[in-house]
Amino acid sequence: MIRLLKRPGLWIPIVLVLVLGMIPAVTGSATLREGLFLLLMFVALASSLNILLGYTGYVSFGHIVFFGIGGYVGFYCLNVLHAPLVLACAAGAAAAGLLALGLGASILRLRGAYFALATLGINEALRSFVSNFGPFGGPIGMSLDFSIYRDYGGPGQALWLTYFALLALTIVVIAMSYAVKSSKFGLGLLSIREDEDAAAVMGVHAPRAKTMALVLSSLVPGVIGVLFFFKNGNIEPADAFRLQSSIEIIVMVMLGGFGTVLGPVLGAAGYERLRSFLLTSDPFKSLQLSIAGFALLLIILFIPNGIVGWLRARLPRVRGTLE
Amino acid sequence: MFDQLVASLVDGLLIGVVYGVAAMGLTLIWGVVRVINLAHGAIIAMAMFGLYYLVGRVGLNPYVALPFVALGGLVAGYVIYVVAVHRVINAPPLASLLATFAVNMMIIGTATTVFTTSPYSVNFDLGRVTAGSITVPGTRIVATVAAIAVGIGLYLFLYRSRTGRSIRAVANNRDAAELMGIPSSRILAFSFGLGTMLAAAAGALIATFFPFTVLSGDTYQLKSFVIVVLGGLGNPIGALVGGLVLGSLEGLVPVFMSASWVPVIEFGLFVVILLARPNGLFGARR
Repeated sequence: MIRLLKRPGLWIPIVLVLVLGMIPAVTGSATLREGLFLLLMFVALASSLNILLGYTGYVSFGHIVFFGIGGYVGFYCLNVLHAPLVLACAAGAAAAGLLALGLGASILRLRGAYFALATLGINEALRSFVSNFGPFGGPIGMSLDFSIYRDYGGPGQALWLTYFALLALTIVVIAMSYAVKSSKFGLGLLSIREDEDAAAVMGVHAPRAKTMALVLSSLVPGVIGVLFFFKNGNIEPADAFRLQSSIEIIVMVMLGGFGTVLGPVLGAAGYERLRSFLLTSDPFKSLQLSIAGFALLLIILFIPNGIVGWLRARLPRVRGTLE
Repeated sequence: MFDQLVASLVDGLLIGVVYGVAAMGLTLIWGVVRVINLAHGAIIAMAMFGLYYLVGRVGLNPYVALPFVALGGLVAGYVIYVVAVHRVINAPPLASLLATFAVNMMIIGTATTVFTTSPYSVNFDLGRVTAGSITVPGTRIVATVAAIAVGIGLYLFLYRSRTGRSIRAVANNRDAAELMGIPSSRILAFSFGLGTMLAAAAGALIATFFPFTVLSGDTYQLKSFVIVVLGGLGNPIGALVGGLVLGSLEGLVPVFMSASWVPVIEFGLFVVILLARPNGLFGARR
């Protein structure tokens, strides 16, 4: 415990997420829970993308692919094979991880803009493939048989169950993100980000490290996909492989500060709050996309290192606390 | 069967050249400015609405309105470069990707408020041209001819004019070009404008025969990505040929299987080409 306290970079984000995540459990408010479900989901997605984007420096427009493929495989297990939720989650993670392994062996050879373009192509290719894939319901997707919720104590209980599962997952991602960053493996990733050729010369096995980073960043989104679509009750290609979401997750990482543990947490929470505020307040409702775009442009142009990066640069004393 | 094949192929090739013009803009911006312009689709959509406005409200002939739309695209690109791109030109690629995406969000967000997302179309008819078993609307033929003319014009501009040579010099080596007295910042801004001008021209041409919504730009932007990779990133003439390849795919695939498989094949091919021949189908091997 004492040793944990000496690592503020780890416990600050975890405590933050825990406190925020327990609010609906204490008040029992379902509206609050739904809002926080989305918020936590984006915190977890942004933190997992950060392992690839922030540490390794590879821009991926396909992060949501892991969420989508995990969701589809898990949904299939639940609905058609009648597997329990835990098994479906494992299947979702496995599907996402296998896809990441395959992509790591192929498209991670590409660098910079070429890699970014390839991930964009993967997202579109998979979405259009699933739209044509009979067992997954084609363009209409699949709807969950409502009797499945009965195994989890009815729909109301099932929603709470997925919420707490997500909260636990979010904490796992943050711990994973911290563990990667403070490990030798993470140091290898950071050196790939700075200069891949130099890193290779210094003994970093770049292809293996990059693939590992991609697989690590894919597992949790795979599980989140299962939880999200289990809660949602239906799944369709346009929801599972939304290119817009991939880009929004990148925005969250950038907003908070890429390559930091706390950054994606703050970025995702901030962006998600801003968006729901704009969506629900009348004068901004129709202009929410423009306002979010304007905010993004200001961040890119004037604080390119995000909130945490900016704080670290301005206040040398917080560098030990904010990882 | 054979007649149908030929008809589909001709149909695909005609539209492919027009797609190629939009892709030429994207690839030009990548080749010179080294930025992947994610606002390309927004410009294409805005050009469609620009044409709609000039034809429907002002009452111009579409082909008279076209140069004005293209000019608007040039100015818009210049402004986007100065406001959003210039500051991040030397930053890692992520910064410029997100900056242009932010511009995309602003344009699409504002346009959605003004036009909603319901479909629009420009009412214009040039009759039909029939050759054997093939019947094609006149607007499609004119669009193809115009697209080819734009392609030739761009080639002549890049290879024969002084500004064009400066653009190629900056694309080749910005520092060396600067040392030779070329104002590289101005050239970069102009190239960005030239790229968006091509996007605007393509958008306006497509609007003469297809209906469109505010969000149509995204579809054409994705097509442009595929074409650009087929033709080789940074190679404008390759983009025109890539457009032909994509167009004929779009024409021929539905003859053999359901049309919904077209994007699967397109994007599958896109990834394979990126992996196997990153310099494009016709580029030199590395």
